[in-house]
Amino acid sequence: MAIELKKGRYGKFGGQYVPETLMTALIELEEAYGTAKSDPAFHKELDYYLRDFVGRENPLYFAERLTAKIGGAKIFLKREDLNHTGAHKINNSLGQALLAIRMGKRKIVAETGAGQHGVATATACALFGLDCVVFMGKEDIRRQELNVFRMELLGAKVVSVDKGSGTLKDAVNEALRYWVANVEDTHYILGSALGPHPFPEIVRDFQRVIGVETRRQIVEKEGRLPDAVVACIGGGSNAIGMFHPFIEDEGVALFGVEAAGSGISTGLHAAAIADGREGVLHGAYMYVLQDEDGFIKEAHSISAGLDYPAVGPEHCHLHEIGRVKYSSVTDAEALEGLKLLSKTEGIIPALESAHAIHFAAELAKEMDKDEIIVVCLSGRGDKDMQTVREAIGGVVE
Amino acid sequence: MKTVEKRIRECVAKGNKAFIPYMMAGDGGLDSLKDKLLFLEECGATAIEIGIPFSDPVADGEVIQRAGERALADGVTLRKVLDELVRFKGEVSVPLIIMTYLNPILAYGINSFIERCEKIGIGGLIIPDLPLEEDGLLRNGLEGTDIALIPLVSLTSSLERIVNIAKQAEGFIYAVTVNGITGVRNEFEDKLSAHLKRVKEESSVPVLAGFGISTSQQVEQLGAQADGVIVGSAIVDALHRDDLEVIRGLMRTCTMEINNSATS
Repeated sequence: MAIELKKGRYGKFGGQYVPETLMTALIELEEAYGTAKSDPAFHKELDYYLRDFVGRENPLYFAERLTAKIGGAKIFLKREDLNHTGAHKINNSLGQALLAIRMGKRKIVAETGAGQHGVATATACALFGLDCVVFMGKEDIRRQELNVFRMELLGAKVVSVDKGSGTLKDAVNEALRYWVANVEDTHYILGSALGPHPFPEIVRDFQRVIGVETRRQIVEKEGRLPDAVVACIGGGSNAIGMFHPFIEDEGVALFGVEAAGSGISTGLHAAAIADGREGVLHGAYMYVLQDEDGFIKEAHSISAGLDYPAVGPEHCHLHEIGRVKYSSVTDAEALEGLKLLSKTEGIIPALESAHAIHFAAELAKEMDKDEIIVVCLSGRGDKDMQTVREAIGGVVE
Repeated sequence: MKTVEKRIRECVAKGNKAFIPYMMAGDGGLDSLKDKLLFLEECGATAIEIGIPFSDPVADGEVIQRAGERALADGVTLRKVLDELVRFKGEVSVPLIIMTYLNPILAYGINSFIERCEKIGIGGLIIPDLPLEEDGLLRNGLEGTDIALIPLVSLTSSLERIVNIAKQAEGFIYAVTVNGITGVRNEFEDKLSAHLKRVKEESSVPVLAGFGISTSQQVEQLGAQADGVIVGSAIVDALHRDDLEVIRGLMRTCTMEINNSATS
């Protein structure tokens, strides 16, 4: 299929497939972002909050016991789990909240899967005194009860979405509907590198801080760039933020890890690059899990944050040109990764990040001891304790 | 001039307003599609908009979402709807307009989809998630066919966008009357009249108002400011409840204007 290339495209992926009602808001957002991007005052303000409120820069930590246990490449962890609110999501929420204020919009709508983006957005809204509505799938509300309470404590209104599968994709649908109806005074803080242009670019740019810091830190510690960088992929925001500053470095292999759920062959997974086809969802042309009639399939993953049936457009392009290698890790393997890191390093990772940990541990085995792997530890596992306990039957072996 | 536009112009020339009802294909069973279309035609529809159910209908409100869910539960797909339409091709004489989200068309294959629509004699396409910036995807393939790519303009569209959309418009312009999704509304924003007037000034094709129109009073109010109206949720709801009188009543309002203008 021939797709015309234009602005907001990553190769053939991306675009702006949204109702006309949203087009003016997207054009305004693009303009506002363009102005902010080249305004030193905007960066100064964002940097201030990232440092004094989020706690950046966070460490690049050498996982010495994990490395010794595996006996292969040296494994470093980028500690996004140490950010205020416990994950990388706050980087983007703060940036977009500041952008909304510049646009004169003091009402915010957001979607959330695991609740991390909802919590981060509710936090940014509390910080700046903005109104906040968060749409969350019914199934995710059940899985992430504490995050719902957290958002409410922060003053956000959490709206349960019972349509479709009651997960992230349905929450995005409702957030888009809400935005269409309230577009004149409301900004939509999209949480992943997804959606219509300019969202994938904005989210990537606000998450780039992960990769920018990592690049500097690894050179400080090891005197060179890493051989491999690993990150988990739902929509792909932590991964694109981590990968982007390394894309031109040919010697750095980049690995994206999708959620294979119960296994790719079972059909119960969230691995859109492994098993999806090109299509349009939520405003962008991407790899999408869909049936032969073009209906979007439900994604399945133990990790609510990866439970999305598509992958952001820039990742689709990086896959197509072969710059990033995408593979997948099952629920069971992710649980192993979570237990492994907890016991060897005293760090309980989020289930999302546990996918990357498992992959990196396997990769390290194949590599030499003087080689270096950096893993994006995108979030901490506190929010997942209930899910993990249920999954392993409450018994830690 | 494509047939849809011609029919609307004929209607307007007679002093009537165009009335385009929307129905969800397969809600209540695909085998009743033909009867429903014939019923809507008999009530005086100028054209009929046939909605294709989709898993993620972001532009639709509660009523149409639920109708879509019923159709999906019945296994209705774009392919099945087109197959059914082929079966009674020619028996419904008003133009049929397909309203579908983009992804089912991509899955079907753009070229195969257009070919199939031509074979059936489809008069127009409305694709709510295909704005001007992206519509080259279909526009090129539709050139030289009688299928109109019907654009939407919204209350948030800038004058510049309205001008650009109007330049490319075929069939008619679908003027969205609310900021929001489809569904019943009690009242419309004050600026709507000025908006419709502006769209009409810029457009060389007819302008029909739609989204949130559910009562005869609203049909009358908006019909007066446009070349006609599109009614969705109220029709879908009435068809679902089998309340055909409601539909007759709504449609009568559009044709009643002749009588009004004849006596005044």
